[in-house]
Amino acid sequence: MANETHAVEAAAAVAGHAAEAAEKGGMPQLDFSTFPNQIFWLLLALGAIYWLLKNIAIPRIAGILADRAGTITGDLEAAEQYKLKAKDAEAAYAKALADARAQAQKIIAEARAAIQKDLDAATAKADADIAARVAQSEVKIAEIRAGALEAVQIVATETATAIVTALGGKADMGAVNAAVGQRVKG
Amino acid sequence: MAEEAGTGLVFHPMEPFKIHSMFDGEPIRWFEFFVPTNATLWMAIGVVMIALLMVVGTLRRALVPGRIQSLAELAYGFVHKMVEDVAGKDGLVYFPYIFTMFLFILFSNFLGLIPMAFTPTSHIAVTGVMALGVFIGVTALGFMKHGSHFLNLFWVSAAPLPLRPILAVIEVISYFVRPVSHSIRLAGNMMAGHAVIEVFAAFAPVILISFVGVVVTPLALLAIVGMYALEILVAFVQAYVFTILTCVYLKDALHPGH
Repeated sequence: MANETHAVEAAAAVAGHAAEAAEKGGMPQLDFSTFPNQIFWLLLALGAIYWLLKNIAIPRIAGILADRAGTITGDLEAAEQYKLKAKDAEAAYAKALADARAQAQKIIAEARAAIQKDLDAATAKADADIAARVAQSEVKIAEIRAGALEAVQIVATETATAIVTALGGKADMGAVNAAVGQRVKG
Repeated sequence: MAEEAGTGLVFHPMEPFKIHSMFDGEPIRWFEFFVPTNATLWMAIGVVMIALLMVVGTLRRALVPGRIQSLAELAYGFVHKMVEDVAGKDGLVYFPYIFTMFLFILFSNFLGLIPMAFTPTSHIAVTGVMALGVFIGVTALGFMKHGSHFLNLFWVSAAPLPLRPILAVIEVISYFVRPVSHSIRLAGNMMAGHAVIEVFAAFAPVILISFVGVVVTPLALLAIVGMYALEILVAFVQAYVFTILTCVYLKDALHPGH
């Protein structure tokens, strides 16, 4: 049988299969009686696929892709807008910060000036007080000194009179006063 | 080995390509074109799968696509870009036709890889009708768009004058060979791969018959796996080739002249 030889060579030889197939009535591909059937159903299948694609799938997928492209473009634009907004916000923030800083500097300067003014006033007042007190004290010191000199003269006169009397003399008030006054002065 | 094999090995490499009626399993006669056959069944399964992918898969119209919608968009983008790149922007009008053929061939090729399945694209009747459709459509389009200027396609104005008539003859012949190569390439590839798998499959049960099978059976199984992997590649590549050639022919019709 042809089959016996085929068993050996068939693995490699496609021609062999064709020959064997030919024994059984040729390749099914060349069986023309199946052609009308195949062509009829093929055209039906292609028609069905075409109808599905043309009327449903292609418009739908084109729509999906367009939507997606639109969404992506829109999102990118929105992102750009947000970026600009963020930049504006950053500028506004920086400006506010600088303003606040300037304001703070101003307030500090004003406060410092006010404090300085108060301080100056207080210092001046204190100085005036001190000066007044010093003057007062000087007056008092002068009085005390004057009082002391007077007392010294009286004590000296009395002492001199007592000494003169004790020595057995007779105190001449006029002479004693003159002598004491001379001594105290000198 | 030959005598051992002779007792049990049976080769039917053409068996998967046989067409029979879905009702009685008998071969159909030429006038029974409306009788559903196994070819009809697998074309119908292909149509249903295409509908599931392209129509049902895109029902949600999700902005961020799911798995099936991604595949549908991928297929759409793949063919759309191919038509635009090869045939130009004015070729996009014919995109639905090309996309239809691409999906039909792709699904037919891949569904045919399921064991026991039938592959419509392994039949020259199917690929031939599609190739002829492309050929007639493109030729008609060329004459409609450019009138007699379409014949410039065969007149290679870049060549030296004495050579041009010779080149014109060659160009005309090659033009008319287009549908033949276009269809036989696809059907031949699908048929050959399946037939080779079938042959290896016939060697696989040798281990049940003979002691030689200890070597032959693993080798046959390995070969089937290898061929199957190759066939997966071929299934896509042939769909791609058929489609891109269609685009090239379309480009010739839209922009004749070299």
